[in-house]
Amino acid sequence: MTQAGPALALEGVVKRYGTRTVLDGVSLAVWPGELVALLGPNGAGKTTAVEILEGYRPADGGTVRVFDVDPRVGGPALRARIGLMLQGGGLDPRSTPREVLRLYAAFHTGARSVDELVAALGLGPVADTPVRRLSGGERQRLALALALVGDPDVLLLDEPTAGMDPEARRTTRELIAGLRTEGRAVLLTTHDLGDVERLADRVVILHRGSIVAQGTPADLAAGAAPRLRFRLAHRLDPAEFASLETVIAGVTPGARPIEAAGEGPGAMLVDGVAPNPVLVAAVATWCAAEGVQLLELRSAAATLEERYLELTGDAAVEAVA
Amino acid sequence: MSRPASPLRAVAALTVMELRLTARRGENVLVTMVIPAGVLVFFATVGIVPGIAGRAVDFLVPGTLALALIASGLVNLGIATAYERNYGVLKRLGGSPLPRWGLVAAKLAAVLVLEALQVALIFAVATIVLGWTVAPGSSPALFALAVLLGTLAFAGLGLLLAGTLRAEATLAVANGLFLVLLIVGGIVLPMDHLPGPIQAIAAVLPAAALTDVFRASLGGGTDPTGPLLLLGVWGLIAAGLAIRTFRWE
Repeated sequence: MTQAGPALALEGVVKRYGTRTVLDGVSLAVWPGELVALLGPNGAGKTTAVEILEGYRPADGGTVRVFDVDPRVGGPALRARIGLMLQGGGLDPRSTPREVLRLYAAFHTGARSVDELVAALGLGPVADTPVRRLSGGERQRLALALALVGDPDVLLLDEPTAGMDPEARRTTRELIAGLRTEGRAVLLTTHDLGDVERLADRVVILHRGSIVAQGTPADLAAGAAPRLRFRLAHRLDPAEFASLETVIAGVTPGARPIEAAGEGPGAMLVDGVAPNPVLVAAVATWCAAEGVQLLELRSAAATLEERYLELTGDAAVEAVA
Repeated sequence: MSRPASPLRAVAALTVMELRLTARRGENVLVTMVIPAGVLVFFATVGIVPGIAGRAVDFLVPGTLALALIASGLVNLGIATAYERNYGVLKRLGGSPLPRWGLVAAKLAAVLVLEALQVALIFAVATIVLGWTVAPGSSPALFALAVLLGTLAFAGLGLLLAGTLRAEATLAVANGLFLVLLIVGGIVLPMDHLPGPIQAIAAVLPAAALTDVFRASLGGGTDPTGPLLLLGVWGLIAAGLAIRTFRWE
């Protein structure tokens, strides 16, 4: 059977819990061989979108298709083609990785070799250890192995690198990146921009139940309005801030300094205007006059992180709190 | 393209997994195997069962068989399933190619295997330790019917708890009911020794009915028609409610 259409498709999907609208007309498609990252702050609706694709929840509006089939009615034949990784794993703490993998392998015809998967995910040393004694990262790798054991055509991975140490995260990313080259469609949710930059062919940013941007990571980063960004040795006190504000507004009307959300104390940007040489000079001159050390100053294109923060205000919320 | 395995293979694999996990939970082995056999030996040996005509062991075997079924259906299956729901195990299985009926089938198959082991243990202890013999006039068919209806009723009750209550609440309620039914189920204490009002309530509970059917099947007691009907009604109500109310997440 050949696939003419996308592996996964949501069209105008609406989901409400009571009076709260969790997904408000979400449309996205993932094609075979493509890895799409669904990015957004906690509560954006990422897990809900994935669980609707998995068939766990009905949509209140719009259409949902996995290989052209409604996942609510696809049954075992469709579920055999989907590899799932749920948040929390869904594992009995007394079971061991090897027996759980063998169990799920028995649900599939032509499952992958359990021993090979155990080796590929570095689970060898803990393959016969009860799940309750595994670290968070080991549980995540087991959940990923479980998603792969049926040799699926599409993968739905909810926060696949959450809770992993840097080394495990690196090997897991390599593994996920390799899945796509075998022609699978992969949709993963994350709020880790590292996942997105290293893995995703396409990013879809979900914010408060709506898609606010999508494209390649590079396209998205380029879409951010360029701003003069600089980093000072310390966070300005209110008097210093007011002084800088006056200087900047004096050289470029409409421009004002603000703290760059989520980028640490002392990180600032000039909002309201594009970077220009007069602004650069004004900032540097003010620093010299006030004796404030200027650690970094740039007016290059924004990074994906800056664009993401601009779209969602995600870290800004944390920075204020 | 990935395809589902045959349902039979999938159900068999999950049944084996269920049994392995049951064997690994010490408290389950205690409540399903040790307690029923222990109750049988203790009460048959110390001679404190009041007001029975024959030997204590003849009175106690049907009751401890009923207790064993309560332990595997209500307590073991109920609590294990409640925690599986809590851990997201059921949700994860629901996303696999295993059909939902396959999950229920595997759980019931595991309960039936466990019950076969319980019955074997109780018969072995009764025969070897207590010198019990099967009375003439026993009916294997009625015995099998008792096991099936008893499983339907108590596994249904266990799944009803597991599918509606929190795991901790299921744990408490299932253990509490186990204790109550041990006392009012005609298991170690003849029903006519219970105070009047409690006796009236106990008479319509499934534990006493199951004990009566087991007793009749082993060649004792009276006409099992009434208890059979009562047990069947409990089975239909419990299993029906469990199916209607079960939440997988």
